[in-house]
Amino acid sequence: MKSLSLATPNPMLTTPVQKLGLALLATSVFYILYEGLRLKSLPAEPLTLLAFFVLITGLWLFLRDERIDFSKNTNSLAVWMRSLSARGIWGWLVGIVLTEFYVCLYWVPQYMAGMIQLFDPFSQVFRHKPADQWFVYGAFYTFFVLVMGVRFIFKYRHSRYHLVRTISVMFFQLGFSFLIPGLLLRLQEPELYFTYFWPLAYSNATPDTWSWQSQTSIGAWFFFFGLAMFFVGTPILTYFFGKRWYCSWVCGCGGLAETAGDPFRHLSDKSLKAWKIERWMIHSVLVFVVAMTALLWINVVTGRGLLGSASEGFYKTYSFLIGAAFSGVVGVGFYPLMGSRVWCRFGCPMAAWLGLWQKKASKFRITSNGGQCISCGNCSTHCEMGIDVRAYAQQGQDVVRSSCVGCGICATVCPRGVLRLEGSDKDIPERTTQKRTVHIKLEDVKML
Amino acid sequence: MHIVILGNGISGVTCARFLRKLSDHDITIVSDESDEFFSRTALMYVYMGHMRLRDTMPYEPWFWEKNRIQRVRARVERIDFQQKKLLSTEGNSIGYDKLVIALGSQSNKFGWPGQDLDGVHGLYHLQDLEAMERHSAGLSADKAGGRAAIVGGGLIGIEMAEMFHSRKIPVTFLVREKAFWNNILPEEEAEMVTRHIKEHHIDLRLETELKEILSYNALPEGKGTCAAIVTNKGETIPCGFVGLTVGVSPNIGFLKNTALETNKGVLVDEHLQTNLPDVFAIGDCAELREPQNGRRSIEAIWYTGRMMGETAAYNLIADLEPQAQRSIANRPTFGKPMAGKKSKIENRKSYRPGIWFNSAKFFDIEYQVYGDIRTQVPDIQSTLYWEHPNGKKSIRINYEHESGKVVGFNLMGVRYRHEVCTQWIQEGAPIETVLQQLGLANFDPEFSTQYEAEIVAIYNRQTGKNLILKQRRGLSAVLEFLTH
Repeated sequence: MKSLSLATPNPMLTTPVQKLGLALLATSVFYILYEGLRLKSLPAEPLTLLAFFVLITGLWLFLRDERIDFSKNTNSLAVWMRSLSARGIWGWLVGIVLTEFYVCLYWVPQYMAGMIQLFDPFSQVFRHKPADQWFVYGAFYTFFVLVMGVRFIFKYRHSRYHLVRTISVMFFQLGFSFLIPGLLLRLQEPELYFTYFWPLAYSNATPDTWSWQSQTSIGAWFFFFGLAMFFVGTPILTYFFGKRWYCSWVCGCGGLAETAGDPFRHLSDKSLKAWKIERWMIHSVLVFVVAMTALLWINVVTGRGLLGSASEGFYKTYSFLIGAAFSGVVGVGFYPLMGSRVWCRFGCPMAAWLGLWQKKASKFRITSNGGQCISCGNCSTHCEMGIDVRAYAQQGQDVVRSSCVGCGICATVCPRGVLRLEGSDKDIPERTTQKRTVHIKLEDVKML
Repeated sequence: MHIVILGNGISGVTCARFLRKLSDHDITIVSDESDEFFSRTALMYVYMGHMRLRDTMPYEPWFWEKNRIQRVRARVERIDFQQKKLLSTEGNSIGYDKLVIALGSQSNKFGWPGQDLDGVHGLYHLQDLEAMERHSAGLSADKAGGRAAIVGGGLIGIEMAEMFHSRKIPVTFLVREKAFWNNILPEEEAEMVTRHIKEHHIDLRLETELKEILSYNALPEGKGTCAAIVTNKGETIPCGFVGLTVGVSPNIGFLKNTALETNKGVLVDEHLQTNLPDVFAIGDCAELREPQNGRRSIEAIWYTGRMMGETAAYNLIADLEPQAQRSIANRPTFGKPMAGKKSKIENRKSYRPGIWFNSAKFFDIEYQVYGDIRTQVPDIQSTLYWEHPNGKKSIRINYEHESGKVVGFNLMGVRYRHEVCTQWIQEGAPIETVLQQLGLANFDPEFSTQYEAEIVAIYNRQTGKNLILKQRRGLSAVLEFLTH
């Protein structure tokens, strides 16, 4: 059995060009981190620009020779053999660097001063404002969604579904999470992100937000728009399209997971235990954020008499634990270790809310095609949400799971054409029953 | 009662699962191959790095304990049908009250010189995959003799070609026929796959057979590692691995010349019972005495193995007192109860696999078949064949031209719905009805092009009729069709 431990990277599978690319990448990252940490600011000099140039060149050289035969549809070839995507040395290294980046970003942004300085001219031209760490973050984030989005489209280019939804997430990230907020600032309006709603954007519905946002008409409008999306938009859109209208078509967190996170999607935990933890955790976060927001308002309404400063403490706890540590540090930092949807699956309160509607009142499901499943496990392995798709498919049962973001990869990697994302209003309450399985003998025996 | 299942492939495991659904008997699965049940059809994806071996295992380890299915790792070398016990090579014995033989297949070898050399393997068992992995290290395009030779143009052969190709190991592929798998596929489809194989730069040798496998000169004949193959055309091709994929046959060597009646496989009746009381046989190793009309007596495929496993489970407990059977409505461990089920099983079930279906994937081209598709269209049938200009997709519908009844669908690179096609074939739906409703069958992903109108156009051209496609892809219409 030793010979089958394929997680050991096979040296045959990294070309000399890729090794060169990785060496350039590592050297430039090291230089940037070293200089940034040593001086607490990066000298805005040619050497720094060169470092960024080398970084991008290295990345490009690595991706260029990735062992995917680009003339063929070999989607997930060798993902379990490459160090980066199989929790090898490179996977850990990238995970650690990403985690450190998020720690800097949230808690010690002074270590990013050099990088912020580097982005300052761009920010001045674009937003008429000096750069801060969030501008740097937004720029990086958008860059990765776009670059890795192009890679994703190329990888799955035989599928029009992936083409359309990837263009969609790239569009929403670039337009609604980067350009429009920047332009609003330039126009001296509040910096608003139209595709993030409460409770994912947990501060969007707090009294503090209301007090500053209501000063402008667009701000006031957005406050109510966000609430309407939560209470009305989500149930309606989810009824027609499933949770995917948001999670894998619009959302920025989802956008990063679908593009930059794609090489790591198979690392999600498929065990029953993980599913149990998931259900407890994500619904607890939803309860937490609802209670926290309610308390903040009660506190304001009662003139801070009832709770004193306790509700602010509650808010600070949430923003530290969930807003920063969970969604950022773990959510993205751990991509190469736990897969690309850790936050979306275990933590996001918006996903929990969408999931409730998807499970209870939606046309959406993934249909299993009769008895054609061969239990191979490609669908489950490559499900970023850790759903054991095979458990349903091999019984000829449709998949209805609150966590499913409708990315459609299970249907794409299925070698037997067994899965299809689709919707119907004919059988919403019985979507999961086995009435449509193929019989061995018509009278009585059902296929498993 | 103790039911022992010999073999933990899809047949044996399905049988165990249904036995547990239906009863509280003691169940033991015996296997020599592996501790865990894995999907045999997925072995290629492990080699290609899509999955780890554990990802091919449909059930987590807790599953077996929770459902009280005991698993024993042992190689059984003899069965004492009189004393009702299995004897392992280590001298242990396992007693049974009822026995299910689900031993699966072994790769065929036809007596070629050198067929037992090191580096000569089929691809069926886990151990075959391990052998491929072991030998791959020495194979590469840069090395003389660093190529893999594959003998036999069937489903396993093309899988093996894809596996080596994924690691950039050059492949020579010997196929006896004029086009790949043309003993199963109609001509156009066989040509399509043949083209596709060549596109991947596989050195495909059609109408070529293996004559012998050579080892290095210094070694005595039949010893050592393979060095080259010699074809029936006299050509010697150096290679470091030889894949023998010329079909499989029932893996029942040690059961020959026992009280158990065998031919190629273990002979079973329609209830999957052998000539011996309390002994059943299922899956690849079972040979039906009277197969359903138009079907073969041995069908070594995943789907039939699964259906046999379930059928046998019913029959194993059919002659027992009803109180020994568990009420299905109350079964605690397997999800929701099956709707409309009676609480006890009165009768034995015949094995009736229904309308034929199968599927495969040839490199990038998916293949699905429903119903009766022959290599040569019989006189009483007509065929409608549409092929995409890119030569990688096709749809074929066969029907009887007298009655108009649709008899089969053959799909390449296009996905069709199993239930819809089956229902049409079962009902003998007329071709013109089917064509007008053809969108019901479409199972391709959202936004993908629908080709049904083109098939209707071909029919119109062939018959001078003027049919119009009325139904496009969509689940709501399908649900209505299936429940009407």
